[in-house]
Amino acid sequence: MNLLERIGRVFLRLFEETGLWFGMLGRTFLWTFRPPFEGGEWLRQMVRVGVDSIPVVFLTTMFTGMVMALQTYIGFHRVHAENFVGSVVGLAMLRELSPVLVGLMVTGRVGSSMAAEIGTMRVTEQLDALEALATDPVQYLFVPRVIAGIVMLPLLTILGDALGVGGGYLVGVKLMGANPVVYQQNTYQFLHMNDVWSGLIKSAFFGLILTLTGCVRGYYTSGGAEGVGRATTAAVVSASLIILFTDFFLTKLLF
Amino acid sequence: MADDTPMISMQHVDKTLGGRKVLDDMSIDVARGEALVIVGGSGVGKSVTLKHIIGLMKPDRGSVIIDGEDIGAMKPVELNRFRRKFGMSFQEGALFDSMSVFENIAFPLRRHTKYTEKQIHERVDECLDLVHLPGVSSKRPSELSGGMRRRVGFARAISLKPQILLFDEPTTGLDPVISDVIAELIVEMDRTLNTTTVTITHDMKVAFKIADRVAMLYKGRIVEEGTPEVFQQSTNPIVQQFIEGRAEGPLTE
Repeated sequence: MNLLERIGRVFLRLFEETGLWFGMLGRTFLWTFRPPFEGGEWLRQMVRVGVDSIPVVFLTTMFTGMVMALQTYIGFHRVHAENFVGSVVGLAMLRELSPVLVGLMVTGRVGSSMAAEIGTMRVTEQLDALEALATDPVQYLFVPRVIAGIVMLPLLTILGDALGVGGGYLVGVKLMGANPVVYQQNTYQFLHMNDVWSGLIKSAFFGLILTLTGCVRGYYTSGGAEGVGRATTAAVVSASLIILFTDFFLTKLLF
Repeated sequence: MADDTPMISMQHVDKTLGGRKVLDDMSIDVARGEALVIVGGSGVGKSVTLKHIIGLMKPDRGSVIIDGEDIGAMKPVELNRFRRKFGMSFQEGALFDSMSVFENIAFPLRRHTKYTEKQIHERVDECLDLVHLPGVSSKRPSELSGGMRRRVGFARAISLKPQILLFDEPTTGLDPVISDVIAELIVEMDRTLNTTTVTITHDMKVAFKIADRVAMLYKGRIVEEGTPEVFQQSTNPIVQQFIEGRAEGPLTE
Protein backbone atom coordinates (compact mmCIF):
# COMPACT_ATOMS: atom_id res chain seq x y z
CA MET A 1 0.00 0.00 0.00
CA ASN A 2 1.59 3.28 -0.99
CA LEU A 3 1.45 6.55 0.89
CA LEU A 4 -1.30 8.13 -1.22
CA GLU A 5 -3.53 5.11 -0.78
CA ARG A 6 -3.05 5.28 2.94
CA ILE A 7 -3.86 8.99 3.11
CA GLY A 8 -6.91 8.37 0.92
CA ARG A 9 -8.08 5.60 3.19
CA VAL A 10 -7.78 7.78 6.30
CA PHE A 11 -9.84 10.52 4.68
CA LEU A 12 -12.46 8.11 3.38
CA ARG A 13 -12.91 6.75 6.90
CA LEU A 14 -13.10 10.24 8.31
CA PHE A 15 -15.82 11.18 5.81
CA GLU A 16 -17.68 7.95 6.44
CA GLU A 17 -17.68 8.47 10.19
CA THR A 18 -18.70 12.10 9.85
CA GLY A 19 -21.58 10.93 7.68
CA LEU A 20 -22.66 8.31 10.21
CA TRP A 21 -22.50 10.88 13.01
CA PHE A 22 -24.70 13.40 11.24
CA GLY A 23 -27.04 10.65 10.06
CA MET A 24 -27.56 9.60 13.66
CA LEU A 25 -27.98 13.24 14.70
CA GLY A 26 -30.87 13.47 12.24
CA ARG A 27 -32.45 10.21 13.41
CA THR A 28 -32.13 11.26 17.04
CA PHE A 29 -33.79 14.57 16.25
CA LEU A 30 -36.71 12.90 14.45
CA TRP A 31 -37.30 10.31 17.15
CA THR A 32 -37.25 12.98 19.88
CA PHE A 33 -40.70 14.15 18.83
CA ARG A 34 -42.31 10.77 18.31
CA PRO A 35 -44.24 8.94 21.03
CA PRO A 36 -43.87 6.95 23.19
CA PHE A 37 -41.80 9.32 25.32
CA GLU A 38 -39.49 7.70 27.81
CA GLY A 39 -40.07 10.04 30.75
CA GLY A 40 -38.49 7.78 33.33
CA GLU A 41 -35.52 7.05 31.15
CA TRP A 42 -34.99 10.77 30.47
CA LEU A 43 -34.83 11.45 34.20
CA ARG A 44 -32.53 8.52 34.87
CA GLN A 45 -30.08 9.76 32.26
CA MET A 46 -30.24 13.31 33.60
CA VAL A 47 -29.25 12.02 37.02
CA ARG A 48 -26.45 10.03 35.45
CA VAL A 49 -25.08 12.90 33.34
CA GLY A 50 -25.83 15.74 35.73
CA VAL A 51 -26.18 14.86 39.38
CA ASP A 52 -23.59 12.09 39.38
CA SER A 53 -21.04 14.39 37.73
CA ILE A 54 -21.25 17.06 40.43
CA PRO A 55 -18.25 15.83 42.50
CA VAL A 56 -15.97 15.75 39.45
CA VAL A 57 -17.14 19.16 38.26
CA PHE A 58 -16.79 20.53 41.77
CA LEU A 59 -13.13 19.56 42.13
CA THR A 60 -12.08 20.39 38.59
CA THR A 61 -13.55 23.85 38.32
CA MET A 62 -12.78 24.96 41.84
CA PHE A 63 -9.12 24.03 41.61
CA THR A 64 -8.87 25.54 38.14
CA GLY A 65 -10.27 28.81 39.50
CA MET A 66 -7.79 28.66 42.35
CA VAL A 67 -4.78 27.98 40.19
CA MET A 68 -5.90 30.64 37.69
CA ALA A 69 -5.93 33.20 40.50
CA LEU A 70 -2.56 32.05 41.74
CA GLN A 71 -0.91 32.17 38.32
CA THR A 72 -2.38 35.48 37.22
CA TYR A 73 -1.50 37.00 40.58
CA ILE A 74 2.14 35.98 40.14
CA GLY A 75 2.20 37.38 36.62
CA PHE A 76 0.22 40.54 37.27
CA HIS A 77 2.22 41.29 40.40
CA ARG A 78 5.24 41.95 38.17
CA VAL A 79 3.42 44.77 36.41
CA HIS A 80 1.54 45.91 39.50
CA ALA A 81 -1.85 44.98 38.09
CA GLU A 82 -2.97 42.70 40.96
CA ASN A 83 -6.35 44.42 40.97
CA PHE A 84 -7.32 42.72 37.74
CA VAL A 85 -6.84 39.15 38.93
CA GLY A 86 -10.56 38.86 39.73
CA SER A 87 -11.60 40.09 36.28
CA VAL A 88 -9.28 37.70 34.49
CA VAL A 89 -10.38 34.69 36.52
CA GLY A 90 -14.05 35.56 36.05
CA LEU A 91 -13.78 36.10 32.31
CA ALA A 92 -11.69 33.00 31.72
CA MET A 93 -13.91 30.74 33.80
CA LEU A 94 -17.25 31.91 32.44
CA ARG A 95 -16.34 32.21 28.79
CA GLU A 96 -13.96 29.33 28.33
CA LEU A 97 -12.65 27.18 31.14
CA SER A 98 -15.84 26.14 32.85
CA PRO A 99 -17.72 24.99 29.71
CA VAL A 100 -14.71 23.25 28.16
CA LEU A 101 -13.45 21.58 31.33
CA VAL A 102 -16.92 20.42 32.28
CA GLY A 103 -17.38 19.12 28.72
CA LEU A 104 -14.12 17.20 28.78
CA MET A 105 -14.60 15.80 32.28
CA VAL A 106 -18.13 14.62 31.53
CA THR A 107 -16.88 13.11 28.27
CA GLY A 108 -14.43 11.01 30.24
CA ARG A 109 -17.00 10.07 32.83
CA VAL A 110 -20.23 9.67 30.90
CA GLY A 111 -19.40 9.58 27.17
CA SER A 112 -17.12 6.61 27.73
CA SER A 113 -19.64 4.71 29.81
CA MET A 114 -22.36 5.27 27.22
CA ALA A 115 -20.12 3.86 24.49
CA ALA A 116 -19.25 0.86 26.66
CA GLU A 117 -22.87 0.25 27.63
CA ILE A 118 -24.34 0.47 24.14
CA GLY A 119 -21.33 -1.35 22.67
CA THR A 120 -21.90 -4.26 25.04
CA MET A 121 -25.56 -4.29 24.07
CA ARG A 122 -24.45 -4.51 20.43
CA VAL A 123 -22.09 -7.46 20.90
CA THR A 124 -24.57 -9.38 23.08
CA GLU A 125 -27.37 -8.82 20.51
CA GLN A 126 -29.40 -6.71 22.94
CA LEU A 127 -29.70 -3.99 20.28
CA ASP A 128 -31.11 -6.53 17.83
CA ALA A 129 -33.44 -7.73 20.59
CA LEU A 130 -34.68 -4.16 21.08
CA GLU A 131 -35.49 -3.89 17.39
CA ALA A 132 -37.12 -7.32 17.40
CA LEU A 133 -39.34 -6.04 20.22
CA ALA A 134 -40.47 -3.24 17.89
CA THR A 135 -38.39 -0.60 19.69
CA ASP A 136 -36.01 1.64 17.80
CA PRO A 137 -32.65 1.75 19.65
CA VAL A 138 -32.19 5.39 18.62
CA GLN A 139 -35.46 6.31 20.25
CA TYR A 140 -35.01 4.22 23.36
CA LEU A 141 -31.28 4.72 23.97
CA PHE A 142 -30.03 7.77 22.07
CA VAL A 143 -32.80 10.29 22.68
CA PRO A 144 -32.83 10.21 26.51
CA ARG A 145 -29.03 10.37 26.64
CA VAL A 146 -28.65 13.21 24.19
CA ILE A 147 -31.44 15.22 25.82
CA ALA A 148 -29.78 14.67 29.20
CA GLY A 149 -26.50 15.98 27.78
CA ILE A 150 -28.06 19.10 26.27
CA VAL A 151 -30.00 19.94 29.44
CA MET A 152 -27.47 19.02 32.12
CA LEU A 153 -24.20 20.37 30.71
CA PRO A 154 -25.29 24.04 30.93
CA LEU A 155 -26.44 23.43 34.51
CA LEU A 156 -23.12 21.85 35.42
CA THR A 157 -21.40 24.78 33.74
CA ILE A 158 -23.30 27.28 35.90
CA LEU A 159 -22.10 25.35 38.92
CA GLY A 160 -18.59 25.37 37.49
CA ASP A 161 -18.76 29.14 36.91
CA ALA A 162 -19.68 29.77 40.52
CA LEU A 163 -17.08 27.38 41.92
CA GLY A 164 -14.32 28.69 39.66
CA VAL A 165 -14.97 32.30 40.58
CA GLY A 166 -15.31 31.27 44.23
CA GLY A 167 -12.04 29.36 44.15
CA GLY A 168 -10.31 32.36 42.63
CA TYR A 169 -11.74 34.57 45.34
CA LEU A 170 -10.47 32.25 48.07
CA VAL A 171 -6.93 32.30 46.73
CA GLY A 172 -6.92 36.00 45.86
CA VAL A 173 -8.33 37.19 49.16
CA LYS A 174 -7.32 34.59 51.74
CA LEU A 175 -3.98 33.53 50.33
CA MET A 176 -2.70 36.58 48.46
CA GLY A 177 -4.30 39.09 50.77
CA ALA A 178 -6.26 41.10 48.19
CA ASN A 179 -8.96 43.40 49.53
CA PRO A 180 -12.21 41.40 49.43
CA VAL A 181 -14.37 44.33 48.36
CA VAL A 182 -12.00 45.44 45.62
CA TYR A 183 -11.54 41.88 44.40
CA GLN A 184 -15.30 41.38 44.10
CA GLN A 185 -15.82 44.70 42.42
CA ASN A 186 -13.16 43.90 39.86
CA THR A 187 -14.62 40.48 39.25
CA TYR A 188 -18.01 41.84 38.27
CA GLN A 189 -16.97 45.13 36.75
CA PHE A 190 -15.91 43.79 33.38
CA LEU A 191 -18.37 40.92 33.08
CA HIS A 192 -21.35 41.08 30.75
CA MET A 193 -24.34 38.77 30.69
CA ASN A 194 -23.14 37.85 27.23
CA ASP A 195 -20.11 36.11 28.78
CA VAL A 196 -22.38 33.85 30.79
CA TRP A 197 -24.67 33.08 27.84
CA SER A 198 -21.87 32.28 25.42
CA GLY A 199 -20.45 29.78 27.89
CA LEU A 200 -23.83 28.15 28.44
CA ILE A 201 -24.66 27.89 24.75
CA LYS A 202 -21.29 26.30 24.12
CA SER A 203 -21.81 23.81 26.90
CA ALA A 204 -25.18 22.73 25.49
CA PHE A 205 -23.40 21.94 22.22
CA PHE A 206 -20.71 20.03 24.13
CA GLY A 207 -23.44 18.04 25.89
CA LEU A 208 -24.91 17.07 22.54
CA ILE A 209 -21.49 16.17 21.12
CA LEU A 210 -20.27 14.00 23.98
CA THR A 211 -23.47 12.01 24.44
CA LEU A 212 -24.14 11.48 20.74
CA THR A 213 -20.52 10.48 20.07
CA GLY A 214 -20.66 7.98 22.93
CA CYS A 215 -23.92 6.52 21.61
CA VAL A 216 -22.79 6.36 17.97
CA ARG A 217 -19.45 4.74 18.85
CA GLY A 218 -21.27 2.16 20.95
CA TYR A 219 -23.90 1.54 18.27
CA TYR A 220 -21.31 0.73 15.58
CA THR A 221 -19.24 -1.52 17.83
CA SER A 222 -18.09 -4.81 16.36
CA GLY A 223 -15.75 -7.55 17.50
CA GLY A 224 -16.59 -8.63 21.03
CA ALA A 225 -14.96 -7.39 24.23
CA GLU A 226 -12.01 -5.91 22.35
CA GLY A 227 -14.40 -4.00 20.14
CA VAL A 228 -16.17 -2.54 23.17
CA GLY A 229 -12.80 -1.37 24.51
CA ARG A 230 -11.95 0.24 21.19
CA ALA A 231 -15.35 1.94 20.99
CA THR A 232 -14.93 3.36 24.49
CA THR A 233 -11.51 4.83 23.75
CA ALA A 234 -12.65 6.13 20.39
CA ALA A 235 -15.68 7.79 21.99
CA VAL A 236 -13.54 9.74 24.46
CA VAL A 237 -10.86 10.70 21.95
CA SER A 238 -13.18 11.79 19.18
CA ALA A 239 -15.66 13.56 21.48
CA SER A 240 -12.80 15.48 23.13
CA LEU A 241 -11.37 16.48 19.78
CA ILE A 242 -14.74 17.56 18.40
CA ILE A 243 -15.37 19.58 21.57
CA LEU A 244 -12.06 21.45 21.31
CA PHE A 245 -12.60 21.97 17.60
CA THR A 246 -16.15 23.30 17.85
CA ASP A 247 -15.13 25.38 20.88
CA PHE A 248 -12.99 27.57 18.66
CA PHE A 249 -15.64 28.06 16.00
CA LEU A 250 -18.46 28.62 18.46
CA THR A 251 -16.38 31.19 20.31
CA LYS A 252 -15.66 32.96 17.05
CA LEU A 253 -19.34 32.85 16.16
CA LEU A 254 -20.77 33.83 19.54
CA PHE A 255 -17.98 36.36 20.19
CA MET B 1 -57.06 -13.66 2.93
CA ALA B 2 -56.69 -17.19 1.61
CA ASP B 3 -54.97 -19.45 4.07
CA ASP B 4 -52.72 -21.07 1.52
CA THR B 5 -50.60 -17.95 0.94
CA PRO B 6 -47.28 -18.47 2.70
CA MET B 7 -46.69 -16.62 5.98
CA ILE B 8 -43.06 -16.03 5.07
CA SER B 9 -41.75 -15.92 1.54
CA MET B 10 -38.13 -15.15 0.67
CA GLN B 11 -37.61 -14.83 -3.04
CA HIS B 12 -34.19 -14.75 -4.76
CA VAL B 13 -32.48 -12.89 -1.93
CA ASP B 14 -28.86 -11.84 -2.34
CA LYS B 15 -26.88 -10.33 0.50
CA THR B 16 -23.22 -9.36 0.54
CA LEU B 17 -21.59 -8.58 3.87
CA GLY B 18 -18.01 -7.40 4.20
CA GLY B 19 -17.29 -8.30 0.57
CA ARG B 20 -18.57 -11.89 0.97
CA LYS B 21 -21.77 -13.09 -0.63
CA VAL B 22 -23.59 -14.60 2.37
CA LEU B 23 -26.96 -15.22 0.70
CA ASP B 24 -26.92 -16.16 -2.96
CA ASP B 25 -30.30 -16.39 -4.67
CA MET B 26 -31.88 -17.74 -1.51
CA SER B 27 -35.57 -18.67 -1.78
CA ILE B 28 -37.85 -20.32 0.74
CA ASP B 29 -41.53 -20.27 1.70
CA VAL B 30 -42.99 -21.05 5.11
CA ALA B 31 -46.69 -21.94 5.30
CA ARG B 32 -49.00 -20.66 8.04
CA GLY B 33 -48.60 -22.68 11.19
CA GLU B 34 -45.62 -24.59 9.83
CA ALA B 35 -42.49 -25.28 11.85
CA LEU B 36 -39.47 -24.88 9.60
CA VAL B 37 -35.96 -25.69 10.75
CA ILE B 38 -33.01 -24.40 8.77
CA VAL B 39 -29.81 -26.34 9.37
CA GLY B 40 -26.29 -25.74 8.14
CA GLY B 41 -22.71 -25.27 9.27
CA SER B 42 -21.23 -22.15 10.78
CA GLY B 43 -21.09 -19.09 8.54
CA VAL B 44 -23.41 -20.35 5.79
CA GLY B 45 -25.89 -17.53 6.36
CA LYS B 46 -28.34 -19.01 8.86
CA SER B 47 -28.44 -16.02 11.20
CA VAL B 48 -28.45 -13.65 8.25
CA THR B 49 -31.53 -15.46 6.88
CA LEU B 50 -33.34 -14.98 10.19
CA LYS B 51 -32.34 -11.32 10.33
CA HIS B 52 -33.83 -10.83 6.86
CA ILE B 53 -37.12 -12.38 7.91
CA ILE B 54 -37.54 -9.95 10.79
CA GLY B 55 -36.17 -7.02 8.81
CA LEU B 56 -33.02 -6.41 10.85
CA MET B 57 -31.23 -6.67 7.49
CA LYS B 58 -32.48 -5.71 4.06
CA PRO B 59 -31.79 -7.78 0.95
CA ASP B 60 -29.46 -6.39 -1.72
CA ARG B 61 -31.67 -8.07 -4.29
CA GLY B 62 -34.88 -10.08 -4.09
CA SER B 63 -37.76 -9.72 -1.68
CA VAL B 64 -38.94 -10.84 1.73
CA ILE B 65 -42.74 -11.04 1.95
CA ILE B 66 -44.29 -11.54 5.39
CA ASP B 67 -48.04 -12.15 5.58
CA GLY B 68 -48.42 -10.63 2.12
CA GLU B 69 -46.37 -7.49 2.79
CA ASP B 70 -42.91 -6.71 1.44
CA ILE B 71 -40.90 -5.74 4.52
CA GLY B 72 -37.88 -4.69 2.48
CA ALA B 73 -39.90 -1.75 1.16
CA MET B 74 -41.16 -0.57 4.54
CA LYS B 75 -40.19 2.68 6.20
CA PRO B 76 -38.55 2.31 9.65
CA VAL B 77 -41.68 3.42 11.52
CA GLU B 78 -43.91 1.05 9.55
CA LEU B 79 -41.44 -1.77 10.05
CA ASN B 80 -41.37 -1.06 13.76
CA ARG B 81 -45.14 -1.47 13.96
CA PHE B 82 -45.06 -4.59 11.78
CA ARG B 83 -42.48 -6.23 14.06
CA ARG B 84 -45.15 -6.84 16.69
CA LYS B 85 -46.16 -9.84 14.59
CA PHE B 86 -42.80 -11.39 15.50
CA GLY B 87 -41.24 -12.90 18.54
CA MET B 88 -37.55 -13.62 18.32
CA SER B 89 -35.28 -15.56 20.62
CA PHE B 90 -31.57 -14.83 20.39
CA GLN B 91 -28.55 -17.08 20.74
CA GLU B 92 -27.53 -16.18 24.27
CA GLY B 93 -30.99 -14.91 25.16
CA ALA B 94 -29.98 -11.25 24.64
CA LEU B 95 -31.83 -10.30 27.81
CA PHE B 96 -31.49 -6.67 28.88
CA ASP B 97 -29.01 -7.06 31.71
CA SER B 98 -29.93 -3.72 33.25
CA MET B 99 -33.41 -5.07 34.05
CA SER B 100 -34.88 -7.90 36.10
CA VAL B 101 -36.51 -10.90 34.46
CA PHE B 102 -39.91 -9.35 35.11
CA GLU B 103 -38.93 -6.03 33.51
CA ASN B 104 -37.51 -7.88 30.51
CA ILE B 105 -40.77 -9.66 29.79
CA ALA B 106 -42.87 -6.61 30.68
CA PHE B 107 -40.80 -4.37 28.37
CA PRO B 108 -42.75 -5.03 25.14
CA LEU B 109 -46.05 -5.04 27.04
CA ARG B 110 -45.39 -1.62 28.55
CA ARG B 111 -44.40 -0.17 25.21
CA HIS B 112 -46.96 -1.70 22.90
CA THR B 113 -50.07 -2.40 24.93
CA LYS B 114 -52.36 -0.37 27.17
CA TYR B 115 -52.27 -3.06 29.86
CA THR B 116 -52.66 -1.97 33.46
CA GLU B 117 -49.93 -2.90 35.93
CA LYS B 118 -52.09 -5.81 37.11
CA GLN B 119 -52.62 -7.13 33.59
CA ILE B 120 -48.89 -6.87 32.92
CA HIS B 121 -48.14 -8.94 36.03
CA GLU B 122 -50.68 -11.54 34.95
CA ARG B 123 -49.29 -11.76 31.43
CA VAL B 124 -45.67 -12.02 32.64
CA ASP B 125 -46.62 -14.85 35.01
CA GLU B 126 -48.54 -16.54 32.19
CA CYS B 127 -45.51 -16.35 29.89
CA LEU B 128 -43.16 -17.66 32.58
CA ASP B 129 -45.56 -20.56 33.21
CA LEU B 130 -45.58 -21.37 29.50
CA VAL B 131 -41.79 -21.80 29.55
CA HIS B 132 -42.02 -23.71 32.89
CA LEU B 133 -40.03 -21.16 34.81
CA PRO B 134 -42.30 -19.73 37.50
CA GLY B 135 -40.96 -17.66 40.37
CA VAL B 136 -37.84 -16.16 38.79
CA SER B 137 -39.32 -12.78 37.91
CA SER B 138 -37.33 -10.82 40.50
CA LYS B 139 -33.96 -12.33 39.47
CA ARG B 140 -31.38 -10.53 37.32
CA PRO B 141 -30.38 -12.19 34.01
CA SER B 142 -26.82 -12.65 35.31
CA GLU B 143 -28.15 -14.90 38.11
CA LEU B 144 -29.67 -17.40 35.65
CA SER B 145 -28.13 -20.44 33.98
CA GLY B 146 -27.77 -20.60 30.19
CA GLY B 147 -30.88 -22.73 29.76
CA MET B 148 -32.95 -20.49 32.01
CA ARG B 149 -31.80 -17.38 30.13
CA ARG B 150 -32.92 -19.00 26.89
CA ARG B 151 -36.33 -19.72 28.40
CA VAL B 152 -36.75 -16.18 29.72
CA GLY B 153 -35.86 -15.07 26.18
CA PHE B 154 -38.69 -17.27 24.90
CA ALA B 155 -41.09 -15.81 27.46
CA ARG B 156 -40.17 -12.30 26.35
CA ALA B 157 -40.58 -13.28 22.69
CA ILE B 158 -44.12 -14.61 23.19
CA SER B 159 -45.39 -11.88 25.51
CA LEU B 160 -47.06 -9.90 22.71
CA LYS B 161 -48.71 -13.08 21.32
CA PRO B 162 -46.82 -13.04 18.02
CA GLN B 163 -47.92 -14.92 14.91
CA ILE B 164 -44.35 -15.77 13.95
CA LEU B 165 -41.67 -17.11 16.29
CA LEU B 166 -38.01 -17.11 15.32
CA PHE B 167 -35.38 -19.09 17.21
CA ASP B 168 -31.70 -18.38 16.62
CA GLU B 169 -29.62 -21.38 17.73
CA PRO B 170 -31.89 -22.14 20.72
CA THR B 171 -29.70 -24.95 22.11
CA THR B 172 -26.14 -23.87 21.31
CA GLY B 173 -23.92 -24.11 24.38
CA LEU B 174 -26.38 -26.20 26.40
CA ASP B 175 -25.87 -29.76 27.59
CA PRO B 176 -27.73 -32.55 25.73
CA VAL B 177 -30.43 -32.97 28.36
CA ILE B 178 -31.25 -29.27 28.59
CA SER B 179 -31.13 -29.11 24.78
CA ASP B 180 -33.82 -31.74 24.64
CA VAL B 181 -35.90 -29.90 27.24
CA ILE B 182 -35.63 -26.72 25.17
CA ALA B 183 -36.56 -28.59 21.97
CA GLU B 184 -39.63 -30.03 23.65
CA LEU B 185 -40.55 -26.62 24.93
CA ILE B 186 -40.38 -25.21 21.40
CA VAL B 187 -42.68 -27.97 20.13
CA GLU B 188 -45.08 -27.30 22.99
CA MET B 189 -45.08 -23.53 22.45
CA ASP B 190 -45.60 -23.98 18.74
CA ARG B 191 -48.60 -26.20 19.43
CA THR B 192 -50.25 -24.16 22.19
CA LEU B 193 -49.68 -20.78 20.58
CA ASN B 194 -50.45 -21.94 17.06
CA THR B 195 -47.62 -19.92 15.51
CA THR B 196 -45.48 -20.15 12.42
CA THR B 197 -41.94 -20.87 13.59
CA VAL B 198 -38.53 -20.70 11.97
CA THR B 199 -35.65 -22.20 13.92
CA ILE B 200 -32.03 -22.26 12.89
CA THR B 201 -29.69 -24.76 14.43
CA HIS B 202 -26.81 -27.08 13.66
CA ASP B 203 -28.07 -29.71 16.12
CA MET B 204 -29.75 -32.38 13.98
CA LYS B 205 -31.42 -34.08 16.95
CA VAL B 206 -33.16 -30.83 17.86
CA ALA B 207 -34.00 -30.19 14.21
CA PHE B 208 -35.74 -33.52 13.70
CA LYS B 209 -37.62 -33.12 16.94
CA ILE B 210 -39.24 -29.77 16.25
CA ALA B 211 -39.49 -29.63 12.46
CA ASP B 212 -42.48 -30.10 10.18
CA ARG B 213 -39.94 -29.47 7.44
CA VAL B 214 -36.14 -29.29 7.47
CA ALA B 215 -34.13 -27.21 5.01
CA MET B 216 -30.38 -27.28 4.57
CA LEU B 217 -28.56 -24.04 3.86
CA TYR B 218 -25.22 -24.28 2.10
CA LYS B 219 -23.22 -21.48 0.49
CA GLY B 220 -26.07 -18.99 0.77
CA ARG B 221 -28.91 -21.07 -0.67
CA ILE B 222 -31.19 -23.97 0.19
CA VAL B 223 -29.72 -27.20 -1.19
CA GLU B 224 -32.24 -29.68 0.23
CA GLU B 225 -35.60 -29.57 1.98
CA GLY B 226 -38.30 -31.94 3.08
CA THR B 227 -40.05 -33.51 6.05
CA PRO B 228 -37.66 -34.93 8.64
CA GLU B 229 -38.18 -38.45 7.21
CA VAL B 230 -37.52 -37.37 3.63
CA PHE B 231 -34.61 -35.20 4.69
CA GLN B 232 -32.96 -38.06 6.55
CA GLN B 233 -33.19 -40.27 3.46
CA SER B 234 -31.68 -37.61 1.19
CA THR B 235 -29.01 -38.86 -1.17
CA ASN B 236 -27.41 -35.44 -1.37
CA PRO B 237 -23.82 -35.99 -0.18
CA ILE B 238 -23.76 -32.55 1.52
CA VAL B 239 -26.81 -33.44 3.60
CA GLN B 240 -25.51 -36.90 4.43
CA GLN B 241 -22.18 -35.58 5.59
CA PHE B 242 -23.89 -33.00 7.79
CA ILE B 243 -26.34 -35.44 9.37
CA GLU B 244 -23.61 -37.94 10.11
CA GLY B 245 -21.15 -35.25 11.20
CA ARG B 246 -18.25 -36.67 9.21
CA ALA B 247 -15.01 -34.73 8.72
CA GLU B 248 -14.60 -35.91 5.10
CA GLY B 249 -16.99 -34.99 2.34
CA PRO B 250 -18.15 -32.18 0.06
CA LEU B 251 -18.70 -29.77 3.01
CA THR B 252 -15.06 -29.76 4.01
CA GLU B 253 -13.48 -29.84 0.57
